[in-house]
Amino acid sequence: MSQLFVLNLFLAGGFAVIMGQLNLTGLISGFVIGYMALWITRPLYGPSRYFERVVSLIKLAGTFLWLLLVSNFRVLWDIITPEHLSRPAVIGVPLDAKTDLEIMLVANMVSLTPGSLSLDISSDRTILYVHLMFLDDVETARREIKEKIEKRVLEAIR
Amino acid sequence: MQAALTAFLMVSGAIFCFVAALGMLRLPDTIIRMHAATKAGALGSGLIFLALAVFYQDLSTTLKALAAVFFLLLTAPVAAHLIGRAAYCTRVRLSPRTWIDELSHTCRWCELQPSCDPPESPDPVPPKQAATAIPEKPSETRR
Repeated sequence: MSQLFVLNLFLAGGFAVIMGQLNLTGLISGFVIGYMALWITRPLYGPSRYFERVVSLIKLAGTFLWLLLVSNFRVLWDIITPEHLSRPAVIGVPLDAKTDLEIMLVANMVSLTPGSLSLDISSDRTILYVHLMFLDDVETARREIKEKIEKRVLEAIR
Repeated sequence: MQAALTAFLMVSGAIFCFVAALGMLRLPDTIIRMHAATKAGALGSGLIFLALAVFYQDLSTTLKALAAVFFLLLTAPVAAHLIGRAAYCTRVRLSPRTWIDELSHTCRWCELQPSCDPPESPDPVPPKQAATAIPEKPSETRR
């Protein structure tokens, strides 16, 4: 797993050096080409979840950037228009994340998604309390946090 | 092309930073202000760093910009979380529009304030609307 990642990084660096493109474009294209080369020779490395994990990490980053953009505009609109449209609320979201790292990543992602801010966690670490700026329906909001953020974070790091 | 992309990233980053500053002035309560300060601020500075990486296309600048964005995204939510939690636990007045508060009985963060109510007594501030979907545990102690 991590060996494959190091190998992939090495291939990316080697590609960038050989092509004389020591910049972001060179590194990214080197990483993509190295990933494809490793994927073709997949039977050599035995069972490994590296390939699926890279895909789910990319999906996580995509979802995250999309949420960041979309809901930033909602916050922006509430700030620049004269009347306040916000309907703030604090709700508890039951967590599936267990370890410290998982909880930290989920809480950080929730905080970075505009419109939601993780406030506290219950002392038995099962409920994350989230402050939402625009809450219309509690169950929908809970489901959105669980499915859009938590599920993808756990997919990517478990 | 490259100059246009740089300019676009710079200007949109500046707009987000400006809106974050405006939000600090206009939004109704501390926790909601933290929303504006963290997210719009992080996105704005992230876009400006990205513009830097697009403009100077060499490895060291790109890596520095990426590292700066990474640490920004790592630390901004932690700071927002701690400030928000401190504000909540010291009972800063929430905006009157807050319509559900499921945390209202669970917060016991009185180490810094020995004069505040003892942990046994119930919370003097009643919740706006008792939500019962998640059972609360008023007797829990923190740490």
